[in-house]
Amino acid sequence: MSTFGTLNEDQSELNKEDSRRIRDRSFKLLISLIQPVKKRLYVSFGAGIISQGLRVIGPAIVAYALDTALPAAVNDDQIPLFLAVGGYLMIAIATASLTAFFIRFGARINQDVLLDLRQRMFRHTQKLSIEFHERYTSGRVIARQTSDLDSIRELLDTGGNEMIVSLMFMLFTGAALLILDPESFLILAASWIPLYFITRWFIRSARLQYRKSRVASAQLIVFFVETMTGIKAVKAFRTEKRNQKHYGDLNEDYRKITKRTIQLFGIFDPALIFTGSVAMTMVLLFGGSRVIDGELGIGVLTAALLYTRQFFGPIERIAVFYNSYQAASAALEKISGVLEEEPTVPEPEEPAALGKISGELEFKKVEFNYSNNIPILPNFSLKIAAGQTVALVGTTGAGKSTLAKLVSRFYDPVKGEVSLDGINLREISSEDLRKHIVMVTQEAYLFSGSVADNIALGKPGASREEIAAAAQAVGAHEFILALPEGYDTDVNKRGGRVSAGQRQLISFARAFLADPSVLILDEATSSLDIPSERLVQRGLTTLLKGRTAIIIAHRLSTVAIADRVLVMEHGEIIEDDQPSVLIAGEGKFSKLHKAWRESLV
Amino acid sequence: MQEKGLLATLARLIPYAGKTIPRLMLGVVVGIAAHMFALALPQVLRELVNGLEESRSIDFLLVSVGLFLFFGASEAVLVLLRRWLVLEPGTQVEARMRNHLYKKLEQLPVSFHDQWPSGQLLSRSVQDLGLLRRWISFGFVLLIANVSMIAVGLVILFNTHWMLGTILLVSSLPFWLRGFNYQREYGLASRQSQDQAGDLATSVEESVHGIRVLKAFGRGEQVAGIFTREARELRMTELRKARLNSNLWLFIILLPELSIGLSLLAGVYLISSGDLSLGGLVSYFATVMVLRWPIESLGFLLAFTLDAKAAVQRFVEVIDKPIDIAEKESLQEIENPIGKLEFKDVHFRYPDAPRNQPDLINGVSFKVEPGQSVAIIGITGSGKSTLTSLTTRLYDVTSGAIEIDGVDIRNLSFGNLRSQIAMAFEDATLFSASVRDNVLLGRPDASDEDLEQALEIAQAQFVYELPDGVETTIGEEGMSLSGGQRQRLALARAVAAKPSILVMDDPLSALDVDTEALVESALRQVLSGTTALIVAHRPSTVMLADKVALMENGQITAFGTHSELLKSSDHYRHVISSFDSEKQVII
Repeated sequence: MSTFGTLNEDQSELNKEDSRRIRDRSFKLLISLIQPVKKRLYVSFGAGIISQGLRVIGPAIVAYALDTALPAAVNDDQIPLFLAVGGYLMIAIATASLTAFFIRFGARINQDVLLDLRQRMFRHTQKLSIEFHERYTSGRVIARQTSDLDSIRELLDTGGNEMIVSLMFMLFTGAALLILDPESFLILAASWIPLYFITRWFIRSARLQYRKSRVASAQLIVFFVETMTGIKAVKAFRTEKRNQKHYGDLNEDYRKITKRTIQLFGIFDPALIFTGSVAMTMVLLFGGSRVIDGELGIGVLTAALLYTRQFFGPIERIAVFYNSYQAASAALEKISGVLEEEPTVPEPEEPAALGKISGELEFKKVEFNYSNNIPILPNFSLKIAAGQTVALVGTTGAGKSTLAKLVSRFYDPVKGEVSLDGINLREISSEDLRKHIVMVTQEAYLFSGSVADNIALGKPGASREEIAAAAQAVGAHEFILALPEGYDTDVNKRGGRVSAGQRQLISFARAFLADPSVLILDEATSSLDIPSERLVQRGLTTLLKGRTAIIIAHRLSTVAIADRVLVMEHGEIIEDDQPSVLIAGEGKFSKLHKAWRESLV
Repeated sequence: MQEKGLLATLARLIPYAGKTIPRLMLGVVVGIAAHMFALALPQVLRELVNGLEESRSIDFLLVSVGLFLFFGASEAVLVLLRRWLVLEPGTQVEARMRNHLYKKLEQLPVSFHDQWPSGQLLSRSVQDLGLLRRWISFGFVLLIANVSMIAVGLVILFNTHWMLGTILLVSSLPFWLRGFNYQREYGLASRQSQDQAGDLATSVEESVHGIRVLKAFGRGEQVAGIFTREARELRMTELRKARLNSNLWLFIILLPELSIGLSLLAGVYLISSGDLSLGGLVSYFATVMVLRWPIESLGFLLAFTLDAKAAVQRFVEVIDKPIDIAEKESLQEIENPIGKLEFKDVHFRYPDAPRNQPDLINGVSFKVEPGQSVAIIGITGSGKSTLTSLTTRLYDVTSGAIEIDGVDIRNLSFGNLRSQIAMAFEDATLFSASVRDNVLLGRPDASDEDLEQALEIAQAQFVYELPDGVETTIGEEGMSLSGGQRQRLALARAVAAKPSILVMDDPLSALDVDTEALVESALRQVLSGTTALIVAHRPSTVMLADKVALMENGQITAFGTHSELLKSSDHYRHVISSFDSEKQVII
């Protein structure tokens, strides 16, 4: 079973080898996250250790006050008392300020780590190819970037800092006991054996449970997102009750897993407490018998007992931290899986330097299939001269959209190459590629923000005049002005709801503004009414001057502005000529065109 | 909305706890008991050591050891019990709230979903409710247990000497004053941080849903920039929270220490005046030391509780939203539907539309007789799609009425209404389920023949070539389909529901000419017996209908057959015709 990237990520029970690989992967990620804040972490450890140290001094001062200052004060010597009280207060102020500093400083470190990881995830998923996004659903990406990141935030909040300080504290305590009374230390050391087994049991079971919990939570999120995205269909087809049942089941699964996970900690924590108590009892038993035999002073026994207790003091805090660490590392496993994914359409290592691009496109012996291995383009060659407007015609499944996706490099060919001005697309940096080749699809997605923002996506930083000019060119200006706040209307709010046709117009304006050398329109006008389409077509004739264009449209009206028509079937071109020639001929296109003309009124 | 107090807000959790409340309360009691054992252990230890010094007998040692072990084991058992007891309440409340939120979101009208970014909803369902689970099973229990422990501790201290107790109480005053401000400021910051986390989730969601557009324009960097800005804002809020916390902690650590320092002075004075024994002072300090942790934890628990309050607020904001489109209490039922559809002076505007804007649907009246089909034509934005979504009450009319078989649709149950009307939406939503489940969405009990028939009408036979045929999982979690394929499945879904009224919003826009012709001829047969409302842009689709309604600015400006309108209406010719006056194609 492959555990590379996100493959089989829903699998929770892994064999040793896979488990180790995944753990290493997420550990490396963790280290790389800590690396940039390493220096500050040291400072924070330092502050932590000092403040712990100061806190240990406090009781000593109290002891001094009782043993020395009190008798002195009774004898009218107030100085030691004031010294003790003054010293105590100063230490208190120092501890408090140090802790306050520690909280702010630590929060800054945590937030920086979190911000770093957030950005990495976001940028990486943006970088991953369409192929990945088609396989790995939006709900999963969202789950990874929300609930998984949340468990890492929790880990950071619990404070790894504090844990290391606590560990040091335990170490010091253990050492002190060794010096004070080696026999008691042996008892303490013996307690490490059950401690080891309890912890090992916890690690193993918790890892599995937390993995399951990440999977269950992702399923819950995927279903939630799907319902909310498709709420209209949910309502119209009355699937509310069925959905509630299904969601309820998923929710109950998640609850049970969560419960089991927490239960593990609920056993782990008291087991640690119990081990501590037994250790103390043993120290008391053996130490006490030695006191009775006169081998040990009562003071030493008291101290040994106190140290043993102190040793187990911070262990609960460590357990809590460790628990969050388990939760977070299950999340890190999934996140590191996504980060391990490579774009199947990679950036060139040494991008070609592009001069002026004329927009000549060529397919050289291109073979292509999607992951299901059904060939879409068996062996495809085609040259499109710079500045030519090509209309692609053919039935669904003929490979038209695939062709468009190859030109816009959503996918790379399996064999052969696609080139722009003779340069293989694989050698062009994505920044250059997107500058020169732009595709508009029928799915006209609008992002939250104003209408202007959405158009400006085509050219960041475009002026209002440029935006309006683009809208005017595609005939969107009028309806935008009619919106409550014109170009500033929020597309999610206050009457900003725009129809499917209007969405297409907006995304058209976007492309207009982007001003590319090669423009691909894949069913970009399918939802437009005829007058709007007419306006768009008119805009297109100006827009396409001096540009290469590939237009896929079921409505053959497009043909009027095309220089050349390609008829595709089963991944091959069966007709290729000027529209007038094809229309006059006897071929498939001629028939289609006739049928289409008859449908017009 | 009126800002409610902390307790009133948290009380909203009670109904979700339901029968688990006794368990939770028992958990609190056990938690307190465990604390008491922890409080007693040092006292016992002192007694043991003192006793050992005096008697030095093996019997006393054994008794002591036994007692000691008992105390230790009891604490462990009580902790085990506490953690076990709170498991069910915490996870139950979380699960119930999550189910309730989901149900509520399904009930809320589409206009709600138009306005609420789904990231905000998701963050409520996941992050906020997870936080509440942890708060209930951990924060709440510890808060009560620790406060009780502090109270008991205070009583012990007052018993030792009233002056020492008073010192601790008085020196804690600044904390309460500070805490008051803190509560307000931290509450605001906490709310803001949760809202910002929701915004962040929304950005993530949009960035994945719009990935194709972002790729096509190479704008990944730009949205990453926006995301980073939002993530930075969240970071700033978190840092503000940390700052507030650190200010509070300063007091929380300083004040007990201050009172210890002052008590030293007072204690020495009391001892020299003979009002207090040395042992008394020692036990005073021992107790204050033990109380240190619960006092310090108050800072953290207070912050936790305020976070929980903000989470509850965000939750009830959605839960308390009135369902504007709800079923009436007394309903009528259409038992033998004939499929008569009538619009009576229908007006509609979005509830949040600016006042100066005219109604989106501005007085529409027309009748569709049983079995008749009407095409709605108009330029984009004229209100066609909105009109269709009124028929199944995805939105409710603002005034006027829509009637089916003479019954106002608002007097029907959703089940009754929506089983009579099936819709094919323009943006075809497929769910992650098999082809069968997707197509039979409106009628899960339909037979295989019905399925086949629907697929045939929609020309969606391509599904038989999918890896598992009609059992193939499609939608986001399955096979990805082309726009045309999705649209055909959406159409098959509407047809399979066998409604008495079929509403189709531009159902063939993504189909190629050949397929379109096939679908049309198949649809014609369905439409011969079904009432239909068809939003159309193309003449070929218009031909499917018996009558045409021309929409202009939210009104029907012409109604008649296609050829009638072609003759009589300039606007109709403008909208539907691809020819100019010389019969030349002009588009």
